[in-house]
Amino acid sequence: MKKTLFDKVWDAHVVDAIENGPQVLYIDKHLIHEVTSPQAFNELKDRDIPVFRPNQIVATADHNTPTTNQHLPIQDTLSRHQLEQLSKNCTDNGITLFELGHKYNGIVHVMSPELGITQPGMTIVCGDSHTSTHGAFGTIAFGIGTSQVAQVFASQCLLLTKPKSLRVSVNGKLKNGVLPKDVILYIIAKLGTNAGTGYFCEYAGDVFQNMSMEGRMTVCNMSIEMGARGGMIAPDQTTFDYVEGREFAPKGEEFEKKVAYWKTLPTDDDAVFDKEYIFDAEDIEPMVTYGTNPGMGIKVTENIPTLNDASFEKSLKYMNFKKGESLINKPINFVFIGSCTNSRIEDFRVAAQYIKGKQKAPNVTAWLVPGSKLVETQIIEEGLKDIFTDAGFELRQPGCSACLAMNDDKIPQDEYCVSTSNRNFEGRQGQGARTILASPLVAAATAVEGKIIDITKHLN
Amino acid sequence: MEKFTTLHSRAIPLDIENIDTDQIIPARFLKATDREGFGDNVFRDWRFNKNGDLNEEFPLNDTTYMGSILVAGDNFGCGSSREHAAWAIADYGLKVVVSSFFADIFKGNALNNGILPIQVTPAYLKELFKHITTDPETIISVNLEDQTISIKDTDLSEKFDIDPYKKTCLINGYDDIDYLLSKKDAILAFEAKS
Repeated sequence: MKKTLFDKVWDAHVVDAIENGPQVLYIDKHLIHEVTSPQAFNELKDRDIPVFRPNQIVATADHNTPTTNQHLPIQDTLSRHQLEQLSKNCTDNGITLFELGHKYNGIVHVMSPELGITQPGMTIVCGDSHTSTHGAFGTIAFGIGTSQVAQVFASQCLLLTKPKSLRVSVNGKLKNGVLPKDVILYIIAKLGTNAGTGYFCEYAGDVFQNMSMEGRMTVCNMSIEMGARGGMIAPDQTTFDYVEGREFAPKGEEFEKKVAYWKTLPTDDDAVFDKEYIFDAEDIEPMVTYGTNPGMGIKVTENIPTLNDASFEKSLKYMNFKKGESLINKPINFVFIGSCTNSRIEDFRVAAQYIKGKQKAPNVTAWLVPGSKLVETQIIEEGLKDIFTDAGFELRQPGCSACLAMNDDKIPQDEYCVSTSNRNFEGRQGQGARTILASPLVAAATAVEGKIIDITKHLN
Repeated sequence: MEKFTTLHSRAIPLDIENIDTDQIIPARFLKATDREGFGDNVFRDWRFNKNGDLNEEFPLNDTTYMGSILVAGDNFGCGSSREHAAWAIADYGLKVVVSSFFADIFKGNALNNGILPIQVTPAYLKELFKHITTDPETIISVNLEDQTISIKDTDLSEKFDIDPYKKTCLINGYDDIDYLLSKKDAILAFEAKS
């Protein structure tokens, strides 16, 4: 039978199956962080169960860490306690931890790929829904709840029902100024927030083949925003070149052997998907969201739709937008470039290229939050920090930051924030804050102008 | 985990679509390192007004409604994987959530915490909202063995789907860890051949 990329990786990890029930799936790598792991450690301790494979777990602190003065003790008692708990749990169980201040510390979905921990053909889980990011390497990677974190601690396995298959193809050439973020926001706007529920998605077509690994990560990251547990892209030379030479990647002959295996993973010709969507790259333009879920997106040149629907109206009321209006020229006081969606070096290069020689608008607070210490270092080494600082942007230290506003990086009540993150839910970036999702280019341009502009008119 | 077999209860209507886990439990309450106490902050920013006063119109605060069944709009539980959302719902005292569609991760988290997510047809969901809002004392009956949900004193009943394995777990109060640990030999054999 013809197999998809997903089938091949899944089938290679099935340990056992319950008749008419779920399968036991082996997990290669388990990534953990401070927020969704403590209760799982407690559960194991209460039941006197040891952590089965500590060497296959990697931990980082990211969700609840400050993005300034990381060398100082954390002020917030609960946050400090949560990080101390993570350190203690990792020490007690022999788990590698890249804690705050460590040279490899960073957002879990930025850290793992850049260190070569994420590799094609693997199964990767983490108590975070944006674990789908790692699918960019042709891995089965998905978010799990804390009970499942405990299950993986105990057995390195999960009980899962095999999801259905979905393929989203985008063919053609992207227009100037259209970034991977626009591609995924466009797809979600077209398909809605639950089109992928119950499915695992594969992204195919020349747009993804021609995309960098960082762009592919941005796309796969937001698979969960259309309901799909994960999204994958077939590994190819771009993938192998990215992985090669990274800290924890296989080396020499071992690497060559792996590449030979990884080359067998792409979906067979004629493999059948349960659901398929095909889009044309030419139709995609820079995107912005106007509502309170990531499916409520429009091209920046379009107007907000006019629907008579209670949930739609509730969203617009929260955002203080009117049906049928354009977002161009909306004054914006906050801009956030960061999160596991868009905090890699390419994102900051795009922003810097636009910002260079310009000034941030006086009304704007602009936060740039790198995804990891390594990205932060690269920003400085490439001279991007000077561009940002000269333009009045604030480069902060790595972490999840204003994407979920667990730490002090909160957008004030009623303020709009043009954000490169992944969720525009009510209150996501702070109580009463209003999020407009966009690419790093649209975010940078908004910070410079102090309002949303038609970026397509500002590109050469 | 607590066992679940049948439930007869009044219900609380929450006729909002796409309720995400950030609404169920906002991120600022995720700093705790244990599972208890999240119920105090369930739907926090909807239950309280901007000035901190109780929003008396919000169905969970509206004394007209009570019970351990929450009936919610389409696509319930989308967004973050935070199990804190399921803990908050359980801690608040809810046992069943009914919707016409659930997000995957939330559904799994609910089942792992003894909360039964029941997916009904959009038409049946409409009937539920109609009956509960017309007569808040309406009793909803859930029978997990038969996989049925019904509105008492009417012939309005619907079958719902549940994974047979998860059904057994809920009825007996088992969880997946017990099962996975019983598979240790198969797991070791798998590791040996990979």
